[in-house]
Amino acid sequence: MKFRHKSVQQDKTELSMTSMIDIVFLLLVFFVMTFKISAQEGDFNVKMPLQDSGAPVDNTQLPLKLRLIADNAGNLQQIVLNDSQSFGTDWEQVRAYIVQLVGDQTGPSADDGPEVEIDLDYNLHYAHVIEAITAVTGYRSGNDVVRLVDRIKFAKQRK
Amino acid sequence: MRIERQTAPAAEADLTPMIDMTFQLIAFFMVLINFSQSEQNDKVILPTSELARPADAPIEFPIIVHMTSTGSVIIGGDEISLEMLRSRLAPELSLLTLRGKTAHDANIIIRGHRSVSGGRVQDLISKCQELGFEKFSLRVKEDI
Repeated sequence: MKFRHKSVQQDKTELSMTSMIDIVFLLLVFFVMTFKISAQEGDFNVKMPLQDSGAPVDNTQLPLKLRLIADNAGNLQQIVLNDSQSFGTDWEQVRAYIVQLVGDQTGPSADDGPEVEIDLDYNLHYAHVIEAITAVTGYRSGNDVVRLVDRIKFAKQRK
Repeated sequence: MRIERQTAPAAEADLTPMIDMTFQLIAFFMVLINFSQSEQNDKVILPTSELARPADAPIEFPIIVHMTSTGSVIIGGDEISLEMLRSRLAPELSLLTLRGKTAHDANIIIRGHRSVSGGRVQDLISKCQELGFEKFSLRVKEDI
């Protein structure tokens, strides 16, 4: 019996790309519209319970008083540590001094370790306060953060 | 003389490279998209710090308080004076009580403008302390 060899030339099936491209473009537009470049935000934690008028409890191992003096415009004029050492406005010097005092071999825990009391002039710009907190909290070493002092509090405000 | 009409083959564009590129763009945006709803305000430009890093764990019972450059306070989208803060925080305290918590458990996140006076921020902290709050987070922007 002879089989007739059918020369079957099937039609080339083609996918309709139009709908897929529509969806893909919609997705693209959605992501482009919702994309927002913003810098990361972080927090400095300050634990400040309202102090009783009774006997003050001071469990500070290392008393560090950071006095920030401002000029009339609210800019930083002088940094004084422990009422004795002046650092001008150089935060790097302050940090180096605190590294000497605290050491950075082991990071302090949140409940223990040295505490820094920041005493600032009322009109000092908040950005300088954050600079002070940054300088005493730690520093960046490559991608890592070396912690120095985790306990920060504010002195009574000056008016 | 009869002229035969020649039917030109339909020209088809090769869509493959375009689709490749589009998918790559989608993948790029998908990876970088950030849906986190951090409460921000245009009036507040945060100070920067090289140590700013997002918290590892979500903050418990956060109450976000903005402080503008003029020293006014923005809470829940409303700009109020510092003296009015007590009345605005009272409902938050009630909510905490309903959940069986106290003001000690809440975290006040302060988003202060970089040029506001530091003493004003201290005033804000004092007002919150009077209500029993004792945990404060000073929010800063990463120094790029």
